[in-house]
Amino acid sequence: MLSSAKPDLPVPLTDLKIQYTKIFINNEWHNSVSGKKFPVINPATEEVICEVEEGDKADVDKAVQAARQAFQIGSPWRTMDASERGRLLHKLADLIERDHLLLATMETTNAGKLFASTYLMEIGSSVKTLRYCAGWADKIQGRTIPSDGDFFTYTRREPVGVCGQILPWNFPLVMLVWKIGPALSCGNTVVIKPAEQTPLTALHVASLIKEAGFPPGVVNIVPGYGPTAGAAISSHMDVDKVAFTGSTEVGKLIKEAAGKSNLKRVTLELGGKSPCIVFADADLDTAVENAHVGLFFHQGQCCVAASRLFVEESIYDEFVRRSVERAKKYVLGNPLTPGVSQGPQIDKEQYHKILDLIESGKKQGAKLECGGGPWGNKGYFIQPTVFSNVTDEMRIAKEEIFGPVQQIMKFKTLDEVIKRANNTTYGLAAGIFTKDLDKAMTVSSALQAGTVWINCYGGGGNQCPFGGYKMSGNGREMGEDGLYQYTEIKTVAMKISQKNS
Amino acid sequence: MFPSAKIAVPAPLADLKIQYTKIFINNEWHNSVSGKKFPVINPATEEVICEVEEGDKADVDKAVQAARQAFQIGSPWRTMDASERGRLLHKLADLIERDHLLLATMETTNAGKLFASTYLMEIGSSVKTLRYCAGWADKIQGRTIPSDGDFFTYTRREPVGVCGQILPWNFPLVMLVWKIGPALSCGNTVVIKPAEQTPLTALHVASLIKEAGFPPGVVNIVPGYGPTAGAAISSHMDVDKVAFTGSTEVGKLIKEAAGKSNLKRVTLELGGKSPCIVFADADLDTAVENAHVGLFFHQGQCCVAASRLFVEESIYDEFVRRSVERAKKYVLGNPLTPGVSQGPQIDKEQYHKILDLIESGKKQGAKLECGGGPWGNKGYFIQPTVFSNVTDEMRIAKEEIFGPVQQIMKFKTLDEVIKRANNTTYGLAAGIFTKDLDKAVTVSSALQAGTVWVNCYGGGGNQCPFGGYKMSGNGREMGEDGLYAYTEIKTVAMKISQKNS
Repeated sequence: MLSSAKPDLPVPLTDLKIQYTKIFINNEWHNSVSGKKFPVINPATEEVICEVEEGDKADVDKAVQAARQAFQIGSPWRTMDASERGRLLHKLADLIERDHLLLATMETTNAGKLFASTYLMEIGSSVKTLRYCAGWADKIQGRTIPSDGDFFTYTRREPVGVCGQILPWNFPLVMLVWKIGPALSCGNTVVIKPAEQTPLTALHVASLIKEAGFPPGVVNIVPGYGPTAGAAISSHMDVDKVAFTGSTEVGKLIKEAAGKSNLKRVTLELGGKSPCIVFADADLDTAVENAHVGLFFHQGQCCVAASRLFVEESIYDEFVRRSVERAKKYVLGNPLTPGVSQGPQIDKEQYHKILDLIESGKKQGAKLECGGGPWGNKGYFIQPTVFSNVTDEMRIAKEEIFGPVQQIMKFKTLDEVIKRANNTTYGLAAGIFTKDLDKAMTVSSALQAGTVWINCYGGGGNQCPFGGYKMSGNGREMGEDGLYQYTEIKTVAMKISQKNS
Repeated sequence: MFPSAKIAVPAPLADLKIQYTKIFINNEWHNSVSGKKFPVINPATEEVICEVEEGDKADVDKAVQAARQAFQIGSPWRTMDASERGRLLHKLADLIERDHLLLATMETTNAGKLFASTYLMEIGSSVKTLRYCAGWADKIQGRTIPSDGDFFTYTRREPVGVCGQILPWNFPLVMLVWKIGPALSCGNTVVIKPAEQTPLTALHVASLIKEAGFPPGVVNIVPGYGPTAGAAISSHMDVDKVAFTGSTEVGKLIKEAAGKSNLKRVTLELGGKSPCIVFADADLDTAVENAHVGLFFHQGQCCVAASRLFVEESIYDEFVRRSVERAKKYVLGNPLTPGVSQGPQIDKEQYHKILDLIESGKKQGAKLECGGGPWGNKGYFIQPTVFSNVTDEMRIAKEEIFGPVQQIMKFKTLDEVIKRANNTTYGLAAGIFTKDLDKAVTVSSALQAGTVWVNCYGGGGNQCPFGGYKMSGNGREMGEDGLYAYTEIKTVAMKISQKNS
């Protein structure tokens, strides 16, 4: 997921036109029921890119109704071959490839992501995700079961139904396809609420959904805010499942709302404070680089950010020295500009939260090695910041920062570092750097994290189930198990006159 | 699950002694922290059988602490071979078989279940469940995954951790093993709260857990009430998963509490208003008998009770006639007494709720064919009751009665009956009676229910995943998928110099 190759990069589209700014229901574009619109901001310039129709409960109701209709027994979507669902997903992937440059320019402009990253990696990754899910469609199997008694017994993995999907702003396009890929592959219909900061690429993809030939009502997109449109989804009495990626704080509200309303199925991908453990026998350059990118990728705005870096005592000082040197190599600026290697944070709220946590690091006695404050006079830019001599009780060691701020801590023994690494309510990911086989196996087993990387950080991809232990989430996304979360098992037991094995 | 054989039944134990009445933590017996006890009632006589220590939050805290300790990396339970976990479950099954007569007598006395049923079926069924789960222990596998990039990638299915399990009163022993079987097979530790009405067989099994050789802290049992001990489990910040079987109303509170506290994983097996559809071409005797037992088993106190019986117009009158004749064959009385074929409802609250719903049936215009009121002058007995000419808007057609009250409705067409059958927020089970192949397959596909029985009702067993669509539950129990609900997936991705397929 984190490439270091540097193929040729084209120029971003200079005349980016935002064609799609409305609510997408039944393959048609709708104004909001209320008539309201909301602004979409470029975080590098703080300028308004355009306005988008603001969906609220009434729009969500329309979308759910359309999704429910498209899900009826006998509908085009329910009677379609599973392989045909897969073909439609491949077609959507083709159209995203066709619109590669447009989507990369749009994502960069709206989400503050580096153009090189979106163009060279994220569009391609999104295409791969759709193709991976497309391949699963006709391989979602039930079982025949040797149950006791004279029965012919089988299970079906039916689609769950109408799935509400609430997306984050850090990887708008990638997270959109992580949600719709598995859901559509398994035959569900969806109502998507993109993050209010980043609705544009989702709306463009909506036009491709229609162009690819998905039946009306299968995919519906309602841009809007969390407390209004998002809450309407999580409380809706006719939504069968809600999937959310975002903060643990909001994830809790969603699970609570699901329990209060109709017991809709819930999957959550939430926050993290993921530990990276570097043992003295690690390859030092590899460890420094991977731990660095593992924190600083996309300005620290990744759920798996390696935000607690535990380094064995004997190599600590050298590790810090090399990490600081690495952190000083950034060129900040507009992410569309060639040569820029760090973009802005997503919005003012995040910007202030990160700066506040940086100040707490200084106040609580961590050593500021570089950075430590804002950058520039426009846009939400923060200097890449490294703290050393961080101790576990500091706020920067406990709270998710979601910014370009790296914490480097020291450890002495194996048992100590495992205990400290696990001493959090989070459990999303972890990294281990060592050449020792037994250490790699036993430490990865001991860490309470959904994904453990060894001698790398952030790789893997579509084939691997991804998700959190503890309060970093419920359930998994991608991989076989992620797909199964979008199915509901039905057992059918048919009485027969005599069973034989 | 519903035997029709009539094998010889021994006499119940004449001198039943209740040996275990305390809280079970770390393989030791504890008094409640508060000093309080609560009475356990015999529903056939309304007499107090004994008193049991009343657990509350403080006792749950102790139990969770013990379970957490037993779950630590390096503990006897975590370092034990999976096959050895299976061997311990087999040993527990052996001990339950040894105490067959004692447990059957105890379950009958405490839960009002017919002695023939507990002796001939439920003890044996519990043993089979444990043996089924025992066999899974060393077959809970992760995968190696062909992920993109130069990685060696695999998943592990680790135990979830400390599992809180809240049991119902309708099948106390069977539900206990449905919870601990999968949980222990996968390597979890558990804190169980049996229903306050029926703690006795769970506490006896606790003594067998210790005798079988499970390490201390692996199984802990805290008898007590829902709003105190149950709520303490669902809100606990150090419980990783809660599993509950009971009413939809309480299931919602539990999911809400899980979201408010620590996002613990939630599986729920809740209520139902399961439809049985009898087509004109069905074998009439089979349909009458199966639909009858499907409703009246254990005095109607089954989550899958066939409580909406849709009968095709042309056979309706004959079907009602035969069903009424069948319902008049019961001998009510103390379930320990040979020859008794219907026992009491579990307690006063259920008794009044059922009688209230019967009255509503009369008031709202259903035709009372037989029964319709209480029986006897002691114990919570209700006459087997049949209503015909029931329409969908009546309370008896919509609300879960959980009593010996059968509703028989008429239908004309296929599309109509499917729509009416699905017109409920429940979705636990359904039955179809027809000889027509296409009808059986397409109707079972169209019904929104977790288990569909064709030409039978209630069969299947341990090998089949069981659970609800919609508000009848979240997740599945038993079968391969039910076991997997007791695992947490960890992905490990190890960077290597070159991958080969």
